[in-house]
Amino acid sequence: MSTTFRVNRIQQTVDVDPSKPLLWVIREQLGLTGTKFGCGIAECGACTVHIDGQPVRSCVTPISSVEGREVTTIEGIASADGELHPVQRAWIDNQVPQCGYCQSGQIMSASALIANNPNPTDADIDAAMQGNICRCGMYGRIRNAIKSVGVASSDEKLFYDVASAEDATEVDHG
Amino acid sequence: MGKWTRRAFITTGLVAGGGVIVGVALRPGNQIKDLAGKVGEEGGQLVHSYVKIDTDNTITAIIPHSEMGQGVQTALGQMLAEELDADWENLLTEEAPALGEYSTYSAGRRYLLAGIDFPEILIPTVDGAMMRVADSLNMQITGGSMSVRTTGALAMRIAGAATREMLEEAAASFWGVPISEVTTENSYLIHAVTNRREPYATFASTIAEMTPSQTPTFKDPSDYKIVGTHKPRRDIPAKVDGSLKFALDVRLPDMLYASVIRSPVSGGSVVLFDKAAALAIDGVVDVIKIPASTIGNAFGGTYSGETVAVVADSYWTANLAIKELDVQWSKTGFESVSSDSIFAQFDRDITSRIERQTDRVEGETDSVFATAAKIIDADYHVPYLAHTCMEPLNATANVRDGNAEVWVGCQNPLGFRRDVAVVLGLEEEAVTLHNHAMGGGFGRKARPDYAIQAAQISQAVGRPVQLIWSREEDVRQDFYRPAVQSRFRAAFDADNNILAWENTYTNKNEPVEAPLIPYAVPAQDIGYVSSPTHVPFGAWRSVDHSQHGFFTESFIDEAAHAAEKDPFEFRAELLKDSPRHLAVLAKAAEEAGWNRMLPAGRGRGISLQESFGSLVAQVVEVTINNGEVAVDRVVAVIDPGLAVAPDGIAAQLESGIIYGLTAALFGEITIEDGAVVQSNFHDYPSVRMNQAPKIETHVINSGNDIGGAGEPGTPGIGPALANAVFDATGIRVRQLPLKNFDLDFRVEETGDVA
Repeated sequence: MSTTFRVNRIQQTVDVDPSKPLLWVIREQLGLTGTKFGCGIAECGACTVHIDGQPVRSCVTPISSVEGREVTTIEGIASADGELHPVQRAWIDNQVPQCGYCQSGQIMSASALIANNPNPTDADIDAAMQGNICRCGMYGRIRNAIKSVGVASSDEKLFYDVASAEDATEVDHG
Repeated sequence: MGKWTRRAFITTGLVAGGGVIVGVALRPGNQIKDLAGKVGEEGGQLVHSYVKIDTDNTITAIIPHSEMGQGVQTALGQMLAEELDADWENLLTEEAPALGEYSTYSAGRRYLLAGIDFPEILIPTVDGAMMRVADSLNMQITGGSMSVRTTGALAMRIAGAATREMLEEAAASFWGVPISEVTTENSYLIHAVTNRREPYATFASTIAEMTPSQTPTFKDPSDYKIVGTHKPRRDIPAKVDGSLKFALDVRLPDMLYASVIRSPVSGGSVVLFDKAAALAIDGVVDVIKIPASTIGNAFGGTYSGETVAVVADSYWTANLAIKELDVQWSKTGFESVSSDSIFAQFDRDITSRIERQTDRVEGETDSVFATAAKIIDADYHVPYLAHTCMEPLNATANVRDGNAEVWVGCQNPLGFRRDVAVVLGLEEEAVTLHNHAMGGGFGRKARPDYAIQAAQISQAVGRPVQLIWSREEDVRQDFYRPAVQSRFRAAFDADNNILAWENTYTNKNEPVEAPLIPYAVPAQDIGYVSSPTHVPFGAWRSVDHSQHGFFTESFIDEAAHAAEKDPFEFRAELLKDSPRHLAVLAKAAEEAGWNRMLPAGRGRGISLQESFGSLVAQVVEVTINNGEVAVDRVVAVIDPGLAVAPDGIAAQLESGIIYGLTAALFGEITIEDGAVVQSNFHDYPSVRMNQAPKIETHVINSGNDIGGAGEPGTPGIGPALANAVFDATGIRVRQLPLKNFDLDFRVEETGDVA
């Protein structure tokens, strides 16, 4: 069965088992490997992507459920000309990652938080980020980085462009 | 400026000289010529085993250690750049290939010959012999918190300084000036008298003909400009945009995916499985049984049990099909073993003291206990622990026509290459291993079982295969931090002075000094009994320190309370002849505000642990409310001798603390019917954002030998936490994890509303 949806502003059509999780379609069919596998049961957050701007665990999201929707992965949050998302810049400025494996998911959760709440409280950060495990334990740095985004970029556009019709490209993986 | 091509410099004869570390006498022949074709991208002049200079004056440091988040490439690059006087902004780092020339002989020397002092005159000989041993053992280890303090302190600094000396000599000769007038700065040679400057690159081909010194002159640490300063980590930008390729991200043409399952009880083999049910699933290509293997090396054997693998066109499909196999496993004789039976066995063996071995005996403990005014005793336990690296174990292999290529993230690339070769029956030279940055290692990725499985599966199906372990397989087929029991007694005189310390624990591994205490207790008898179990042992961040830190630093706290003394003051009194330890402990107490009163329901605990050459003291503050523990604050002080990368040290401390905190709060692998019960993060939880304390780190640069950073943060958090819980509740935590305790302390309501 084929599913058509958009990933990072590009329309994609895949012909796979409708119950195949979005994570494995992104990684195997689309070749986007920035989104990681960590647990397979939505416990660790390594696979977090945005669907219509909301953070979801792609390892438990059947591909059939994203028909017609807008998926954004870690590869899609920088601006079209390659300028890093403010959250990505904050991650570098605060030297957040250690092994880095969980960080795609952390950044996707953090960027969704920031988009709706540019100056989150500690409680807001706890609530938004507790689904993402970091076995290197960089929680303090993640918290500091999130707080620095709001301060540093109050005049900036905080989120990626959710696609406009003009830049849509179609790819068929049928 | 363009780059020299490899072809150009080889054909023009611009390669010569021996590697300074390997030593010309040990490695006759043209080592650099051999290496030149194997290191990194095309271009550049390899002037030393660890240094490459390009025509545009870019310098590349070749680092024989794996990146798993600890920032080793940056820290070791800093050490080489410092002695080379290199321009940091134009210095690149790359991981050394899995070749014998890059075996981590210096780490091996520290590992295998720990505690042996060699006369200065013999050191080149010992190093040479160790190089051969390391090569033959296929050691390219990243572990033991050793990269900076061995490879960095011994190899990278020598490489940088020796290369700088050769450059100075070449420039002096070229300019016809005394070498004493030649200085270096930011990858340039300078003759100030005549106002001449040349980039290092000018002399790259000249020094490639020279033999580097094995005993170059190092800088005075007070002249350091790069070491000890904050340099942003080179590996971080690729970790924020998804572009870094972990082994899991390898993509090969025609590649299949595999999922595997092994016996839930370690050692079981396959009796029967329903191959047809798996093959019936659309996308499944093959179902195969791969034989057990045992690999032996200097670090003991790695047994990998018989495995069933499903190979499919998608990992998701392969992993679904695994569940349809309904594998029956053979009996192992361990089916009646449980955590309860294991701890009963430990208790019996500690009590019987059969073949008890000793780590330290000082004074006459028996007579002290016989006449003591007061004796306290206690038994402590910790459970098995899994590593749960964020990146599940995986490896990609392409085995065809008698050659094997393996893509993996591992802590010992050279060893993995050898082990794959042995199991496949190939020559080592027929195996190429590409090591990737690891999504966590923590000791697990020093064991080669997953890479061997991938190679076996690819060999069986004749196509490239990416093997990914499910998280369930990762939790259930680990090499575990062992469960341990530890029994203590302490004796006091009538004035509450501690006179004797007696300790017997189960199953010693390493480091050997882990159970020792730094405190001046006059009589000590510390030893262990062997009490083997069938649960596979693995090195887990800080290894034996992870349990003994909890045991000894909790029992010394009990001793302080028995002596009716403040836990900090009691420790400090026993450390008055150990100024380095005392300074770290006192700094932690001071920064934490040790003497400040805490409100009811809150508590504060302290610990001190020396491990891997560094000293760490921690003060933990907790709040206990309705039995729930919240860890509010951790103050950690480390004396690593010298902090090469200060922010790297801070990050490693934070990381080690959270890793140890996960174990202290939640970590528990239990055994039932011989098998591991837990399977994923829902029943083997990890500390999350809302549970993570505020961590404040402080560094003391004492000027002592450089110590490790990756592990020393881990051992002290458990005991400091347990001691804080005692402070808050009066409940002494003698078993981890804390989640198993009922801490039903309730904050008193005043009833008054202002």
